[in-house]
Amino acid sequence: MDNTAGKPVDPRVIDAMLPYMKAFYGNPSSLHFFGQEPRKALEEARAKIAELINAERKESMIFTSGATENNNMAIKGVAYRNKDRGAHIITSSIEHMSIVNSCKFLKTRGFEVTFLPVDNYGFVNLDSLEKELTDKTILVSIMYANGEIGTIQPIKEISQIVHSRSAYLHVDATAANGQVPIDVKEEGIDLLTLSSNDMYGPKGIGALYIKEGTRIEPLIHGGGQERGLRSGTENLPSIVGFGKAAELAKAEISSESERASKMRDKLIKGLLDSIPYSFLNGHPTKRLPDNAAVRFSFIEGESMLLSLDMMGVAASSGSACTAKTLEPSHVLLAIGLKHEEAHGSLLFTLGKQNTEEEVDYVISIMPSIVKRLRAISPLTPKELKE
Amino acid sequence: MEHFKNPRNMGEIKDADGVGTVGNPVCGDMMTIYIKVKDNHLEDIKFKTFGCGAAIATSSMMTELAKGKTLEEALKITRANVADALDGLPPIKMHCSNLAADALHAAIEDYYKKQKEATKK
Repeated sequence: MDNTAGKPVDPRVIDAMLPYMKAFYGNPSSLHFFGQEPRKALEEARAKIAELINAERKESMIFTSGATENNNMAIKGVAYRNKDRGAHIITSSIEHMSIVNSCKFLKTRGFEVTFLPVDNYGFVNLDSLEKELTDKTILVSIMYANGEIGTIQPIKEISQIVHSRSAYLHVDATAANGQVPIDVKEEGIDLLTLSSNDMYGPKGIGALYIKEGTRIEPLIHGGGQERGLRSGTENLPSIVGFGKAAELAKAEISSESERASKMRDKLIKGLLDSIPYSFLNGHPTKRLPDNAAVRFSFIEGESMLLSLDMMGVAASSGSACTAKTLEPSHVLLAIGLKHEEAHGSLLFTLGKQNTEEEVDYVISIMPSIVKRLRAISPLTPKELKE
Repeated sequence: MEHFKNPRNMGEIKDADGVGTVGNPVCGDMMTIYIKVKDNHLEDIKFKTFGCGAAIATSSMMTELAKGKTLEEALKITRANVADALDGLPPIKMHCSNLAADALHAAIEDYYKKQKEATKK
């Protein structure tokens, strides 16, 4: 139940990709007949992805190597191209590291970056946004939803504030795409990060939606593919797979979201009801359908992960030790958790392949895992020890 | 893994002769070691740990290594000894074994301090 870290590729996606690894190996840029079928497939995939987010035209979608590249391109590409208008960027304090570190890099290049605070649910403070936004602000980047705490941002409201000035709005929808319907026109989004693997497509491919007329500089220069915005021969099999994944996501989004939300709520309720000193991270209802983020006092996340792993359950923790650094997640600290609370967090993310029986199993084993670790911990209060 | 699954010497000693606590929950690791000393030997040793799997396993291994040893021998148990006994730890987890050895040394120092105070009286 760690789908946010990596999802299986849908078998229907694999079937769609295979011909483009075997028969149609041509380069979409070639004019001869080897290039014709690949060119057609490339544009069909682009159209399917554009449809998923209701983009005005398929040419607004630029294929990249994935969400991290999208976020780098959106932040740095807009910054470089619009420096003449201003050098101020606004983002939130719970963004993905590809946003955080791109912004930090720009700070060393003379840009000013404001990290907006969030409340205890993880919602961006809209008053702060209004206050910080000036005519010098060229870009505001806010994620659609946070994969670690599940909270979904009020993008339309954010867009209205951003567009009351002349800034662009970039939205990182990596955690949300394929799970909740996104409409770039209706919600007023200028740039949108989409990731293939997060909707059961192959890894290593993503797309950046760039609204027509948005001023942006490419980061990768070369032969001029993708309208000159992202050079390099197109990764056709992956693009076709991504297109298929987007088509399936569009068709199945409402039924799958409903199924996942039900399991999510059952899991959250089951854990919080049966374990004392347990809490939900993020907002109870405005949250991603797949996301059950909880925390348990007095014990540490990684020891829970190991215990679950020994019983055949894969989950995740944003806490120290699991990640490459020992610091607790910046997201959990930003929503106001103390270090020791952040360390006690556990994240379950449900996928298409997870079943209600599996949810029941987790609910049945978790109380004894927590009890055992609390018996070992010196922090556990006396009343819980018996 | 075995020491995480079935930790040895886990618990508290109510009338401990020495107690050592190192780390703090803010960093994600905290360990308390209780020792009982008889004839300059570690007659009994127990631990309580808040932390990741490696922290729990190193606490357990350290108590195994130290039990029955003289205080002088126990003070010589180093961070490396604990990690070696567990067949090595990944670099990022080495601080866990540091913590275990430090907690043991802190408990023995606490014992010495208490002894000094007792003779003063």
